[in-house]
Amino acid sequence: MPVYEPWDAERGAEIIADLAHIKGGTLVILHALQGAFGYVPEPAVPMIASALNLSRAEVHGVFTFYHDFRREPAGRHVLKLCRAEACQAAGGDALAARAESKLGIAIGNTTADMRVTLEPIYCLGLCATAPSAMLDGRVVGRLDEARLDALVAEAQR
Amino acid sequence: MTIRIFVPRDAGAVAVGADEVALALEKAAEKSRTAIEIVRTGSRGLYWLEPMIEIATAQGRVAYGPMTSTDAASVLKAMVADGPHALRLGVTEEIPWLKRQTRLTFARCGVVDPRSVANYRAHGGYKGLERALTLAPEAILADVTASGLRGRGGAGFPTGIKWKTVAQATADQKYVVCNADEGDSGTFADRMIMEGDPFVVIEGMTIAGIAVGATKGFIYIRSEYPHAVEAMNTAISVARRARYLGPHVGGSAQSFDLEVRVGAGAYVCGEETSLLESLEGRRGIVRAKPPLPAYKGLFGKPTVINNVLSFAAIPFILAGGAKAYADFGIGRSRGTMPIQLAGNIKHGGLFETAFGITLGELVDDIGGGTLSGRPVRAVQVGGPLGAYFPRELFDTPFDYEAFAARDGLIGHGGIVVFDDRVDMAKQARFAMEFCAIESCGKCTPCRIGSTRGVETIDRIRAGERVAENIAVVEDLCNTMKFGSLCALGGFTPYPVMSALKHFRKDFGPTPRRLQAAE
Repeated sequence: MPVYEPWDAERGAEIIADLAHIKGGTLVILHALQGAFGYVPEPAVPMIASALNLSRAEVHGVFTFYHDFRREPAGRHVLKLCRAEACQAAGGDALAARAESKLGIAIGNTTADMRVTLEPIYCLGLCATAPSAMLDGRVVGRLDEARLDALVAEAQR
Repeated sequence: MTIRIFVPRDAGAVAVGADEVALALEKAAEKSRTAIEIVRTGSRGLYWLEPMIEIATAQGRVAYGPMTSTDAASVLKAMVADGPHALRLGVTEEIPWLKRQTRLTFARCGVVDPRSVANYRAHGGYKGLERALTLAPEAILADVTASGLRGRGGAGFPTGIKWKTVAQATADQKYVVCNADEGDSGTFADRMIMEGDPFVVIEGMTIAGIAVGATKGFIYIRSEYPHAVEAMNTAISVARRARYLGPHVGGSAQSFDLEVRVGAGAYVCGEETSLLESLEGRRGIVRAKPPLPAYKGLFGKPTVINNVLSFAAIPFILAGGAKAYADFGIGRSRGTMPIQLAGNIKHGGLFETAFGITLGELVDDIGGGTLSGRPVRAVQVGGPLGAYFPRELFDTPFDYEAFAARDGLIGHGGIVVFDDRVDMAKQARFAMEFCAIESCGKCTPCRIGSTRGVETIDRIRAGERVAENIAVVEDLCNTMKFGSLCALGGFTPYPVMSALKHFRKDFGPTPRRLQAAE
């Protein structure tokens, strides 16, 4: 389970200052902030803008364009199920439905107890060992009902 | 004597337990007091046998797989005794699936230690760069042109011409950008080579830099590939320490350095101009062309932007292999293509071979048909923007032009196999849905067309005025194909139209569909 720091403006400013010299580094900074805090807290957006001499709207635009960046913290565990064609061909749709019913949430949501966030991912590049998933950065292939159930149970712990 | 065991660290192998196998081997060795050295390599690409481990013997490497951690002790015993084992696959190079291939780009993948530049050199690495450093830029360009190499990302544009354009441009700064945003489902060759032989990508990019006069390169890797990001970053540090990157490349006066940038989950960033926008720190919005990136690319400077596999093909070509490379293939598709067999397939993996092999050979003969054992009904070639082919078109040779002639594309070389349970109207809907999710929003046909496409296919599937709505979808596809700025909106019609053309009976409330819904 990834451990994140609580948002702290001073720490955020430090991260931004360390990376502000990188040419075209907006994504680099957003990744770094999310790596530290688990999401990109709202107050960080104007801070990035002023450090990079961009408008707040520009940074907001970048932040919201990319699927990866979160506005809010995710659940304690993030389970990403590959929903692309190769995994569909290997029975991924049924497994996705099974995960949704086991967790009681639709893909794209977090359980009420904030334990598990279930997300779609469009291709992990594990297409010859499909269906595949990623739990907190750990890749899992050749999913079947039993392996999926084990993953869901692990995520719920 | 210490036994050398090779265990892949490729994400595809790790996803099915390679790390656990490595751990179990260490434990078994300790228990049986056997001296072993585990070398973590890339994958050979025989994924149905992963985790596949190998042992160095006098006859060459001998493979065992698919391994589980519980097999570790007995396999280790068999290795020491050189005795029989149920998982023993024999000499790796003699496995027919591997032996039938022509591995030029993937020659070292699964063989070498991806963290060792010395190991890379011991297997012929950096021969291309060494030769390039003795050549004038024009001679490098001539080799690339002579090889017939075309962009392996999907567009198939001649690499030599692209490089020449950048070489001839005058600017205070030029760039080399590697497109490692391999988002197509069913493709994993970029991931494999970055994880298994990262130096070949670095070498190819370095040669590009020297040929066009660029001193800085970027590798834009998608965030879904953390293992590849780690592998490339490690290899870049190693190459820098060995002076293969930096101010005096390979002891020459040439300067070239690399930086990895990580994407953030936007499929459209695999489109080159969108990727450049993203590298500049902006929304991945497609740019109108012209100007081409070769004239105005990254930060407005002349830029060579190529796919991972294009760069990875370069070292072989520059090591005196231009003619040998061009001798493979058919028509205007020269050389080899790393083809990826995926989805519901018995023998899935990476099959590098000369252009010209037929789709049927790939799916039935090499792929062994479906994993489920049911008949193959459709295969999608070239990712989410590629056409679905029925069995009737399995005589199509793997060649850029032959696929285009049948309203398809080879794209990045991925083939996804579906069995007879597939609902092609659902797949057509998914193509539109995926386009709607991933559209950058710049052009109307893609942004609006994809959403209207989903709605209209939903109506067809519900049995609402089927013929009229199919006509709407066809019209929509036509608008998207000719009115979109980039391949996302422009090629989404391929899967949709091919599904309609070849699998028409799936559209509308047919018995097949109702059965599936039950």
